[in-house]
Amino acid sequence: MITVTTNKTDHGGDIRLSGIAKTYGSFTAVHPLDLTVPQGSFFALLGASGCGKTTTLRMIAGLEEPSAGTVHLGDQDVTALPPYKRPVNTVFQSYALFPHLDIFENVAFGLRRRGIKSVKKQVGDMLDLVQLGEQARKKPHQLSGGQQQRVAVARALINHPKVLLLDEPLGALDLKLRRQMQLELKRIQTEVGITFVHVTHDQEEAMTMADTVAVMNAGRVEQLGSPTDLYENPRTTFVANFLGTSNFIEAEVDSKSGDDIVLKAGGGKLVLPEARCGAATTPGGKVLVGVRPEKISLTHADDAGEIPEGRNRINGKITNGSFIGVCTQYVVDSAVCPDFEVYVQNVDRDTRLVPGADVVLHWSPAHTFGLDAAQDIDAGVEEGAAA
Amino acid sequence: MSTLTEAPPPLTPTAPEKKPPRKRGRLVPYWLLLPGILWLLVFFALPMIYQASTSVQTGSLEEGYKVTWHFATYWDALSEYYPQFLRSVLYAGSATILCLILGYPLAYLIAFRAGRWKNLIMILVIAPFFTSFLIRTLAWKTILADGGPVVGALNTLHVLDVTSWLGMTSGDRVLATPLAVVCGLTYNFLPFMVLPLYTSLERIDGRLHEAAGDLYAKPITTFRKVTFPLSMPGVVSGTLLTFIPAAGDYVNADLLGSTDTRMVGNVIQTQFLRILDYPTAAALSFILMAAILVMVTVYIRKSGTEDLV
Repeated sequence: MITVTTNKTDHGGDIRLSGIAKTYGSFTAVHPLDLTVPQGSFFALLGASGCGKTTTLRMIAGLEEPSAGTVHLGDQDVTALPPYKRPVNTVFQSYALFPHLDIFENVAFGLRRRGIKSVKKQVGDMLDLVQLGEQARKKPHQLSGGQQQRVAVARALINHPKVLLLDEPLGALDLKLRRQMQLELKRIQTEVGITFVHVTHDQEEAMTMADTVAVMNAGRVEQLGSPTDLYENPRTTFVANFLGTSNFIEAEVDSKSGDDIVLKAGGGKLVLPEARCGAATTPGGKVLVGVRPEKISLTHADDAGEIPEGRNRINGKITNGSFIGVCTQYVVDSAVCPDFEVYVQNVDRDTRLVPGADVVLHWSPAHTFGLDAAQDIDAGVEEGAAA
Repeated sequence: MSTLTEAPPPLTPTAPEKKPPRKRGRLVPYWLLLPGILWLLVFFALPMIYQASTSVQTGSLEEGYKVTWHFATYWDALSEYYPQFLRSVLYAGSATILCLILGYPLAYLIAFRAGRWKNLIMILVIAPFFTSFLIRTLAWKTILADGGPVVGALNTLHVLDVTSWLGMTSGDRVLATPLAVVCGLTYNFLPFMVLPLYTSLERIDGRLHEAAGDLYAKPITTFRKVTFPLSMPGVVSGTLLTFIPAAGDYVNADLLGSTDTRMVGNVIQTQFLRILDYPTAAALSFILMAAILVMVTVYIRKSGTEDLV
């Protein structure tokens, strides 16, 4: 029987990047970066193409030599180790399956290189795990994209690496298959308990799968946190726009009342919990007030009196409405923001809410977040849309 | 307003276009094949038939040759000239192996390591072709000349002692020995090895090397298990492109060798052009062709390349 070294639940699988950076000539792909990925977590590096996420991944794999800084796996400094000496395996973007070997030999490759002779049972089990037991003697080009992807995962996982690196592994799959594989990968990760580092440009994919997401932009980690945390409390406009959609209002700090800040915007007042404001709140200072489209309620101007007290309100006029099934997405023109996006759940539809109708937008102050006004409101909009 | 009425016709297909393509249209591919077929017929099939008939003729120059279905010529030719056949296979085989040993690292370098020097090195590989085959081979006469620097250096390094012991050279001469012929063959056919090797190496996805490294393969193991197997189509076509012409070559043996290094190509040349014994020459040509055909078939079967492409 083969004995397989299983990972204990210690910190042996932590990845610690300290001051790691990569420059190509005068171009800085990754700025000095400190990052710790705890053992057993599903970690996503999220960002648009060219943001340095793949370079970071390749530095962990040893395929790219960092220009500065160190990579630690557990207590071991692996910065100088070549890839074949690192207890790390990668699932490559286009799978990089060996075309001259059949599926069985592809999966057995890592075991054989480590001198393990009887690989039959392990490979068989692994192929069963990814539901490819029947295909063992086929060549990679005879399989579909989704099957090849599963072979790539099996080929890496069979080695029981301390860390599994996934470089946009689902990029080549169609949407339906991608959703299916996301759940599949998440299931496998929970089952084997190995640290997964997943590089993707698809924010939905990152949020569905990962425990922790690091949003990267121009070679830097913009923000790091759980998907909910990133979504609810973005600290920069880039994160706010890249993950989902955000509405921003430029406002001026008026006064403080208790834990809240009162702001002036377009003649009206808005309230923002101080705890959710990432900018200086000296009276007279500028703050970007953000709110997510689904947090906003839309009431026809005739019913404005029914809106409860204490909610942030903005008057506007509907310019566009698109019904997409679960909700209706409205674009509302208002004095403070020319195209306010509002998603209204399709529960009780108000037939008066058509383009041209005067409406009041209102939401709970608790759903408001504040950002430093000295940044580009549209940062990350195109990247988010492209992804 | 006549311009308005003469608007371009609608883009939707109209009735006449829906008709099946005319007969002439369907025959176009075959017409295109015609020049090639004619070429093959005139320059390959007819000469082959002519040679085949020559090989079974008897007679003499004075009385003329007649087809007498004298197949014994084949047997006579083979029994008389089998040493030259063996020598051809041996020399061409050695040259092919040397070409592979020299050419593989070179092709590997060009494909993976040369960077911006890639094109320059490629040109250097092909550059000798700008000079005549004969001139290049004659140049080797100077290079390997008795008492020349190359022979002197080989002598000082005692390389010649080893090659003499192997029967590749005699005394402190290189010229007019088997070694000189093999050197000439290797030199002349090296580009035929390098180019197919380069093509197949260059096609290998660099990420496969990374993947192998990622799966615990040391660089040498990556080469053994991934790069080399994937370059097999290049190895096979390179060795064939080297071995086949080298086995039939007579220029190298003629210019760099001696009477003891005559290859089958030399025999055929002499039979055709000096002795004017056409049937024997034709029979030898067919034997050589059949032998190469058999060897190549076995080789391709053994190397299992049909599985790779």
